[in-house]
Amino acid sequence: MELKFILESLLFSAQKPLSIKELREVFAAAAAAEDADATADSLAKIKDSELTTALEQLAREHESAARSYRLACVAGAWQFVSQPEYAPWLKALVGQKIRPPRLSQPALETLAIIAYRQPITRAEVEQIRGVNVDAVMQTIMERGLVEAVGRAEVVGRPPTYGTTALFLEYFGLRGLDDLPAADELRKIVVQKPPAPVTVEPGLATAPPEQLALGNEEGGKAGTSEQPATGSP
Amino acid sequence: MAEYKVQFEVFEGPLDLLLYLIKKEEVDIYQVNLTKLATQFIEYIDLMRQFDLEIAGEFLVMASTLMYIKSRELLPVDQQVAAEGEEEGEDPRWELIRQLVEYKKFKDAAAQLQTLEARQENIFPRLPGKLEFESAAPPPKPDVSIFDLLNAVNVVLRRFEKRDDSREIFEDKWTVSEKIEFILKAIAERGRVLFVELFESAASRSEVVCTFLALLELIRLKQLVCAQDEEFGEIEIRRVENAAPTVGTPAPAAPELPREGGSDPAHPGAPPEPVLHQTVQPGEAPESPRQS
Repeated sequence: MELKFILESLLFSAQKPLSIKELREVFAAAAAAEDADATADSLAKIKDSELTTALEQLAREHESAARSYRLACVAGAWQFVSQPEYAPWLKALVGQKIRPPRLSQPALETLAIIAYRQPITRAEVEQIRGVNVDAVMQTIMERGLVEAVGRAEVVGRPPTYGTTALFLEYFGLRGLDDLPAADELRKIVVQKPPAPVTVEPGLATAPPEQLALGNEEGGKAGTSEQPATGSP
Repeated sequence: MAEYKVQFEVFEGPLDLLLYLIKKEEVDIYQVNLTKLATQFIEYIDLMRQFDLEIAGEFLVMASTLMYIKSRELLPVDQQVAAEGEEEGEDPRWELIRQLVEYKKFKDAAAQLQTLEARQENIFPRLPGKLEFESAAPPPKPDVSIFDLLNAVNVVLRRFEKRDDSREIFEDKWTVSEKIEFILKAIAERGRVLFVELFESAASRSEVVCTFLALLELIRLKQLVCAQDEEFGEIEIRRVENAAPTVGTPAPAAPELPREGGSDPAHPGAPPEPVLHQTVQPGEAPESPRQS
């Protein structure tokens, strides 16, 4: 009997998404049963990595079979879910899913910042968004998408925030690494432009001879002023 | 006067407005002309004022930053005075552009999250329906704060205040480690214990204190969690699901495995997605093993 099919049967009949840990416990319990056979015994101490590999293989097989459902891993737990294109009929069958109202734009922005930069303090979020985030933080914390995770080792030891498992479930993410463009946004490196443009080309704000003081070897005066403080 | 049709977008903040203005110009953020942008930004604020919209302080801060950048431009380099506290060579324009680029990236990320959110609404999990009524009772609210615990222990201690007038003085025979074992044993036997039950047998103030310290220690060691079903309800204590066994703890009996994984008496597994959202509470998931 193949491991992946045992897993398939488990997930097929499970009442909730199953995590690797829960699956491992099922295997241990099956082996502990009195009538456990050799296969069950051999799987008693199955490793997490073996389970993950088998589950991923199973998921790939379902994917390539292009069925109306697939095996998904959300917040570290596996379950069968329908493909989104079948929603019209499923909605008719089970009714609209009871979901809280969709998140507002500020809430999504704040969540995105926290998700990619956690743990992060409120002040750091405000720094990025350029606005006060008190009300938004309140909303997303009430919805259980974000929680306080610790304190920053800076003056005042402000609380830091991170996303919850519910956040992953809400967006159908396997884990934080599953966030779109995760590696890029975790740490944004912004290339410094050679010379930011401030003055409208052709519209000198100072007499050309004055501009020349800071820009002797520069090109056309009035179009390519150097940065004010003369950056290196 | 001609009739004006005003299309007024709502901006999340000054950065959002700046991005909008840059987009309208159809230029790259790095290529943007900040002087022109400053003029447009201030025009916009004037517009907001005309409409009697409340202008958030952040917009004014941004307007002044832009004015500062613009005014700096008017001076030749050698006559510019570095603002106090400003690092040499730090260009306010660069700082603003950096902030704009960063904000833009997160705004894009937010848009992607929004797509995921919409997509997730159309995904239905394969779940037997019967969990619906099982989770009718809201799962216990986790996170009992230290203050809740202190309040609770104060209530217990009040019991001893009354008979303060005359009492026997005896040696304190309680130790925290004994009490740790006592609590672990009680939890191992019954699965979950009410806060007040722990102190039922306590005969003295010091015993209550010992038990309480033991409880705090176990919470600190992440062996136990406290939960409260409702505001001001009874505080309930139970084991952390995947706690590392402590020395001296009765080893978890074999039958505990399926029970732990399968269903938990008061919280029958993590509810299925729809139900879960129905009873959304802050920090609902912690009990669910999925989090681990």
